[in-house]
Amino acid sequence: MADTRSPIVFPHRHLLGIEALSAPDILHLLDMAEEAVALSRQVEKKRSVLRGRTQINLFFENSTRTQASFEIAGKRLGADVMNMSVANSSVKKGETLIDTAVTLNAMRPDIIIVRHQESGAVDLLARKVDCSVVNAGDGAHQHPTQALLDALTIRRNKGRIEGLTVAICGDVAHSRVARSNMLLLAKLGARVRVVAPSTLLPAGVERLGVEVHRNMRDGLKDADIVMMLRLQLERMSGAFVPSLREYARFYGLDEEKLAYAKPDALVMHPGPMNRGVEIDSAVADGPRSLITEQVEMGVAVRMAVLEALAQNLPNL
Amino acid sequence: MTNRPIALLNARLIDPSAGTEMRGGLLIVDGVIADLGGAVTRDSVPAGAQIIDCGGDVVAPGLIDMRAFVGEPGAEHRETMASASAAAAAGGVTTMVAMPDTHPVVDDPAVVDFIKRRARDTARVRVLPSAAITKGLKGKEIAEIGLLLESGAVAFTDGMRSIRNAQVMRRAMTYGRDFDALIMHFAQDEDLAGSGVMNAGEFASRLGLGGIPVEAETIALDRDLRLVNMIKGRYHASLISAAPSLEIIARAKDAGLTVTCATSINHLTLNENDIGAYRSFFKLSPPLRQEADRLAMVEALASGLVDVIVSDHNPQDVETKRLPFGEAEPGAIGLETLLSAGLRLVHAGQVTLSRLLQALSTRPAEILGLPQGRLQRGAPADVISFDPEEPYVLDPAQLHSRSRNTPFDGARMEGRVKLTVVAGEIVWG
Repeated sequence: MADTRSPIVFPHRHLLGIEALSAPDILHLLDMAEEAVALSRQVEKKRSVLRGRTQINLFFENSTRTQASFEIAGKRLGADVMNMSVANSSVKKGETLIDTAVTLNAMRPDIIIVRHQESGAVDLLARKVDCSVVNAGDGAHQHPTQALLDALTIRRNKGRIEGLTVAICGDVAHSRVARSNMLLLAKLGARVRVVAPSTLLPAGVERLGVEVHRNMRDGLKDADIVMMLRLQLERMSGAFVPSLREYARFYGLDEEKLAYAKPDALVMHPGPMNRGVEIDSAVADGPRSLITEQVEMGVAVRMAVLEALAQNLPNL
Repeated sequence: MTNRPIALLNARLIDPSAGTEMRGGLLIVDGVIADLGGAVTRDSVPAGAQIIDCGGDVVAPGLIDMRAFVGEPGAEHRETMASASAAAAAGGVTTMVAMPDTHPVVDDPAVVDFIKRRARDTARVRVLPSAAITKGLKGKEIAEIGLLLESGAVAFTDGMRSIRNAQVMRRAMTYGRDFDALIMHFAQDEDLAGSGVMNAGEFASRLGLGGIPVEAETIALDRDLRLVNMIKGRYHASLISAAPSLEIIARAKDAGLTVTCATSINHLTLNENDIGAYRSFFKLSPPLRQEADRLAMVEALASGLVDVIVSDHNPQDVETKRLPFGEAEPGAIGLETLLSAGLRLVHAGQVTLSRLLQALSTRPAEILGLPQGRLQRGAPADVISFDPEEPYVLDPAQLHSRSRNTPFDGARMEGRVKLTVVAGEIVWG
């Protein structure tokens, strides 16, 4: 396959968000990811495009699945992967983000994968290092590889993205997944809706190029894809929504609410799920759920991102 | 349950929803107003109808009280659903909105359900449960507005409590708006009110009592209405007492916000001087204000700026009232005297009878989205008759409430309810 593809240059040093990507950039990554899917389903999963390269996974916020996904992706491409979680780092001892960045940079990594609880922190770090930086989630800002893996999952199941109606439901206000998905899906021509109680919608969301709905009946009507977001437990009891049971009753995706969407609508969730809260087990484990496939696509998309960025890494 | 048709003949029919008045009769069949006007006579009504000659008395829609503290569940020694509704029926109140300040607090759908069942089984008039805005009325976490609405709550209020935290209020309004919930808030800055027990000013200083400044109300009200301007939900100021609050309400209404307000019958007919020698039955929340405030309230009622009059019925017993003024609980009963006291304003020439009845029935019905509050064909037959001129002296022993804390003890009244009909059934008279 590699020979038949025209040599497209991926013109970015970092992957910090979706804004900088053009539609062709995105499609290029998705095509590369398709190959990674095929590779990952073989016995021999290993390639050597990152051989000799050092990849640091720098996670200021715990995330088992995203960190594992990036680690597997890097290893399948032959990189030496080192995981650094904040619990063991000098950040706990009071080191600033910039000092951490400068210190790590001195160790000459080729790619740093960063997750941080503050919006904009990954961007700040990227300006202080010489290597490529991939945003693995910054605050409520962006999570670009999640949006890419979601797009890949949708495309593989629906054959396209353009023209589909995608309803993103739940805690949009605090969700970097929602922000990245809104941008990416819109770039690829999908009709994006957000569905949430007003307390979980960011101010001015109407001006972000999405349709806004405040109840599931209207929001899911004729949707091709229902994408549920995780509700952080600490936001559930009275601050943004009154209670778990009320949230589940009005905004939790169950068979009844899913029936508002198209008969062939598919269900997604970035995980980890709060079963019985934003999603009912019957739906999460049902035939229309793509949730497990999303995890597989996660590894593939991250392999594609690492490979694309590696094309631009200095070779000396 | 099918009742006999009832014909109220020879009446002065006042429909405050249309501002009309006519002579004639009113026929009730199957719980609704089947016909009314000059054509309804002894000869026109169906055979077997119960005929009541009103002798020229007023027939008007039953009163709708948007603020009544009932006591059940939790304080049945002060008032029950049965005793409050008996008082309501005797006072011409056919619908009352029960406040959530009970034990347990009405912040759970199961409690709403309990109130509805108790009302169905023991109350003579319609009792509509309101539910808490915040859990436990604590002002910290939003109550389950969606589930409470589904269980039958008609509005959301923290009752006698005011929500201190603006962020909580903002989120409650924002969340409530998605459900088109009516937020009824008692606006009072709790820090400014502090340990005050009456209106701040000269009189409080002479009595040596802690004062609650007017600003405790205006600052909280202004905050609320700025939030409404930001969020655009339905907001009803449960009870305002001070003249400067009226400017704030007027500004919000002029800006087109869905804002309404009520004052209590006490704040329209009494002032701080009535406290006299530490009479705790006049200890209210918000406190009785100066005469100038009262007059401003009356004027705003006449103009319609004040939408609604509430009884603010709040039964307190000997243990909570026969105490030094500062230690006594605030509150007065008012369901039974609501109309009589309101008629004082009519007799004084300050408010028309039609406007009074509008503030006591039509406007509450509109705000709550009820089909009552109008004397029209097809409307629910919640009606009252009264002679607005009939004089009497109020004897607390005759009242139906379990508590006796009326500020109109021994007062001379003019006009009392003779007949109260709820859903076509005579519940008083």
